[in-house]
Amino acid sequence: MELTTQIGESVTDGLAYLGALTRLGVRAAYFTFIAPFQGKPLRLQRAVSQAMQTGVGALPILSLITFFIGLILALQSAYELRKFGALNFVASAVAISMTRELGPLITAIVVIGRSGSAFAAEIGTMKVTEEIDALETMAIDPIHFLVTPKFIAMIVMLPCLTIWANSMGILGGALFGVAQADFTLVRYIQASLDALFLRDISTGLIKSVMFGITITAVGCHEGLSTGAGAEQVGRSTTRAVVVSIFLVILVDLVFTALFFFLSER
Amino acid sequence: MEQTNSTATQPEAMISLRNLRVSYGEREILHGIGFDVMRGETLVILGGSGSGKSTLLRTLVGLERPSSGEIWLKGKNIAAISSQEMDEIRKKIGMSFQGGALFGSMTVGENVALPLREHTKLEDSTIEIILRLKLDQVGLSGFENYMPSQLSGGMKKRAAVARALAMDPEILFFDEPSAGLDPIIAAGVDQLILELKQAFHMTIIVVTHELASAFLIADRMVLIDKGNVVAIGTSEEMRSSTHPRVRQFLDRIAEPAVSEELDYLQMLTEEYRRPGR
Repeated sequence: MELTTQIGESVTDGLAYLGALTRLGVRAAYFTFIAPFQGKPLRLQRAVSQAMQTGVGALPILSLITFFIGLILALQSAYELRKFGALNFVASAVAISMTRELGPLITAIVVIGRSGSAFAAEIGTMKVTEEIDALETMAIDPIHFLVTPKFIAMIVMLPCLTIWANSMGILGGALFGVAQADFTLVRYIQASLDALFLRDISTGLIKSVMFGITITAVGCHEGLSTGAGAEQVGRSTTRAVVVSIFLVILVDLVFTALFFFLSER
Repeated sequence: MEQTNSTATQPEAMISLRNLRVSYGEREILHGIGFDVMRGETLVILGGSGSGKSTLLRTLVGLERPSSGEIWLKGKNIAAISSQEMDEIRKKIGMSFQGGALFGSMTVGENVALPLREHTKLEDSTIEIILRLKLDQVGLSGFENYMPSQLSGGMKKRAAVARALAMDPEILFFDEPSAGLDPIIAAGVDQLILELKQAFHMTIIVVTHELASAFLIADRMVLIDKGNVVAIGTSEEMRSSTHPRVRQFLDRIAEPAVSEELDYLQMLTEEYRRPGR
């Protein structure tokens, strides 16, 4: 009895959480697509500066990480492929696993660490210092003012970062290809491109858009539900990271399964 | 104890509270508050920690929804209006928060100009002029390009007042204007409130537990205790009051030890409950 109650409670809690995230997303979508026609202009300037922080600011670290991931992928697949004397398949193995899976996922995880946590900390601090209340008493909707620009920035920037991550991963694989598998750089890249279908890239990009929505919703929701006191900001930030990683993996699973069954037909 | 003290609605009442009750979850914080705030007067809401005075202020500016009762403000019962209507009323009120609540990522000037940029279609040059005017009113001329973190506590409060004044509000609310300031700076903020009162005949509502400041700025005072109105009256009436709670508060007599513990617990739970909602 105790166990069933607990399971029931965590299920309803989880559903309530998803409901809160959805509500946040819907409000942001309203302020993006409908409110501008009702005289509440969109804050493109804030979205652009947000995009600079979350997108351009992430480039150095993301480049480094995905370059290494590409290299690791090449090493790991070569370990198996060389048994069959098929080292020249390294290029396609790296290209496909980067674009379909690891590019979007690693990008999402880097962005969670840099921006998802920052969203929760920024909004959480504003909550603690009554700045969110101040916005409300000035008749400024915090969702419109703070959350919507973040959604726009993330939805635009995550696919861009993912494309960049894919290319850096392939470059990482090329390092191995050139050094160990008798490729030239040009031939390696040619082999990668030959192995890829547009579908591989586009499914990855669709996933990255969904990741962007998830990360923003979780970060902002955790920030807005921060309690009183500085230590609560730390709690929200940690929760934002943990919950985002979990939900991103979940979304990844759902969409990967979806694409798998759709491509069967 | 249920003492509402509600007087008949007078024509010049700016805000009228009628049997206002506010709860956080199960716990009722305000148990039926009722009084009027007249146009152009400065009303000080006094009360100890956990008395419910901050909750009352948050309810008046629409940050908390009352569980029952009425708040008449500019002819509308804000306890029962839509958020669009509330936003229209909010453009006519200004609120100065305890810590200033300035946006840390914007300069002082951007902070003060924010409501104007959001709610008006004024040219940038006009906003610039209004901005200078408002900063001048609070004695912060020339500080528009400073970041809030570069200001002292008293200057932050002044900047927050300038932002509250930006839309030329009819009612100005202050939450603990002298909290965390040294006596001289606090006196400066009191002086600012007095100047605003004389210059604009604004209706001003101040929540505080600072007695000296309260007697300096108030036309009338309300003493809130444990979620009820204990007494309401002019400064002289309060000074000469014989009500035991009023005397205790004004003469700063400590609570007897036993009930103090209960009060303390109550205060703690209230503090704990308040922001989580």
